[in-house]
Amino acid sequence: MAKSDVKKFIIYSLFLGILILPMVGFPGRSFEAARAFTIWGGIVGILAIWLLNKTIRHSDMYLRTSAHLAPFRNTVLRKFSKLPTRHYILLLLIVVGSFPLLANNYMIDVGITCLIYIVLGLGLNIVVGLAGLLDLGYIAFYAVGAYSYSLLNLHFGISFWLSLPIGIVIGAICGCIIGYPTLRMRGDYLAIVTMGFGEIIRLVLNNWDKLTKGPNGLLGMSKPEVVYPAFSKGGFEWVVYSLNSLHALYYLMFIIAILTVIGVRRLDNSRIGRAWVAIREDEVAAELSGVPTTWLKLLAYAMGAAFASVVGAFFAAKLSYTNPNFFIFMESCIVLCIVVLGGVGSIPGVILAGIILIAVPEVFRELQDYRMLAFGLAMAVMMVLRPEGLIPATRRKQELHEADQSSPED
Amino acid sequence: MDNASFIIQQLINAIFLGSIYSLIALGYTMVYGIIELINFAHGELFTAGAFIGIIVLAALQNMGFVETHFVLTLILVFGMAMAYVAVLGVAIEHVAYKPLRKASRLAAILSALGMSIFLSNGMMLSQGVSDRAYPAIFGLKGFSILDARIAYGQIFIIILSLVLMVALNMFVNWTKLGKAMRATAQNQTMARMLGIDIDRTIRVTFMIGPALGAAAGVMVGMYYGSVRFDMGFIYMIKAFAAAILGGIGSIPGAVLGGIIIGGVEVLWSAFLPSEWKDVTTFVVLILVLYLRPSGILGEHVSESRV
Repeated sequence: MAKSDVKKFIIYSLFLGILILPMVGFPGRSFEAARAFTIWGGIVGILAIWLLNKTIRHSDMYLRTSAHLAPFRNTVLRKFSKLPTRHYILLLLIVVGSFPLLANNYMIDVGITCLIYIVLGLGLNIVVGLAGLLDLGYIAFYAVGAYSYSLLNLHFGISFWLSLPIGIVIGAICGCIIGYPTLRMRGDYLAIVTMGFGEIIRLVLNNWDKLTKGPNGLLGMSKPEVVYPAFSKGGFEWVVYSLNSLHALYYLMFIIAILTVIGVRRLDNSRIGRAWVAIREDEVAAELSGVPTTWLKLLAYAMGAAFASVVGAFFAAKLSYTNPNFFIFMESCIVLCIVVLGGVGSIPGVILAGIILIAVPEVFRELQDYRMLAFGLAMAVMMVLRPEGLIPATRRKQELHEADQSSPED
Repeated sequence: MDNASFIIQQLINAIFLGSIYSLIALGYTMVYGIIELINFAHGELFTAGAFIGIIVLAALQNMGFVETHFVLTLILVFGMAMAYVAVLGVAIEHVAYKPLRKASRLAAILSALGMSIFLSNGMMLSQGVSDRAYPAIFGLKGFSILDARIAYGQIFIIILSLVLMVALNMFVNWTKLGKAMRATAQNQTMARMLGIDIDRTIRVTFMIGPALGAAAGVMVGMYYGSVRFDMGFIYMIKAFAAAILGGIGSIPGAVLGGIIIGGVEVLWSAFLPSEWKDVTTFVVLILVLYLRPSGILGEHVSESRV
């Protein structure tokens, strides 16, 4: 056990203790030492296990055993990697597609929420992951989608399908409106300004009583409807089927999610996607190489906003209700968490993180309160220990680990 | 109430609110000046200060200490809140920011944001979702100028924030550590070459900035009579707007920006519908960033830093 490791361990556990004490130790007006120390002990325990793991990994015995096992491990890994990716995708599609047949209503509802957040994560991934613009007000576009469908449906009776393209256009325009003043900014400034815009949109929805009914929200939007031909004795007629059941809504969301994944994947591999990555890496160099940075940044905002807008419309249609409190800053943080934990710029990562972050807290309902606490901590820890995320994007992984790979060759 | 007293009343309100925003903005500006990172957790540190204040104050009140030793109570409440939050600031810096000093900007911002979410939810869990009442120690005592009511509490808060700002200015300009801070902010590499302990300087910055924020938190609690776990968010945006308006990195700028933002807000609430007052701050922030990102007193910032 290295001495510096032990020292680091002691310092970090001390600091963590200080960090955690006021969080858990002061309910009301008294100090609950026992509770504070239990939680602190838990975290220090995890740190100790990590330290032990590190020590074992560096010990001679471990190195010798792993050298023995290496050929076996390599064979297994090779066998797995020989399976083409489409088998995995097919398996995933079958599992997700057959999920509602086996699950009860509550589980389907959680499934829909999961899919909603996955699509939101993928949309934000365009802005944060590809173009490298940190957007803390992303949920505003979700609100724009939800409210544009609600208002169009309530006032003009426009159907879900027709309001989707209108919502996309409105969302994209809002994206450009927010994007335009922030084009010159980077990093921290951009984060704060987008956060401010997100709050402005929420405040407008909250205060503009005449249009949005303020904090009471809008009620009574119709569900999406499907029209299909039916053949009966009298011949042939169009039947209108309203997607009222959770199963139907689940499959609709599933289709939206699949289309989003395909869309984002195509964007990622396109000329536009590469231009975004170029902007993310070095804006000046990209500009000098002839990439129209202004337009592409606006496009990134518009694209991200369009995806959020679609899901927003779906969300409003599913609940037949919206209210400004669905779109608070914390929601933006959850979506950002999904992108960051999954791996900035990585599609499978975002999907995995979406499932973990939304479904796992539902399973452990008694720990629901600690959800955001854990998300926040995970975000900071992830940035320090594994900035590339759970499933790193190939391109990004190479960038972040360039130093490790090149050093032995020098 | 006639016009003159109305103006005096609003003026006092504006100075009061402005000095609170200034104190929080100072924390942003100092941290940004040194490591060029916006401390997203600053709003939460401010709230933590308010909660520590509540705990200390309630304990002292239960002991019947407030009536007998009023001045000592104030010193204890502010001192303990500031001391604790200073340590908390250093802890956050050590755990979440220090390992990322050489990493990309995005990683550092996300880590800061993670800390902010962590702290705010931690406070929600331990302190509850609802408003917490602050023990009233100033009461409603005050005096009147031309019908304008001015509470002693308000005057005390304004004077205390002035004292803190002057003390900070003296510290930064006249002490050796302050000189080291200014040098680090100007050019970190050069400062290191000249033998300045950069880590220690950053640590000191992360003690002073949050401590000022904590003082502001206690003041807000004492004046408005209640605190909430998420009140840091709106104060953070306003103080940030103040820091940008004055020119981020500039200490007098932060004070000036705070006073302006406070003034705009008070003016708006006096004459226009107050539910839109938060929107004005955002609009001011966006306009400043768009028209003059270097702020009023800031040095010229190159495009890359913005």
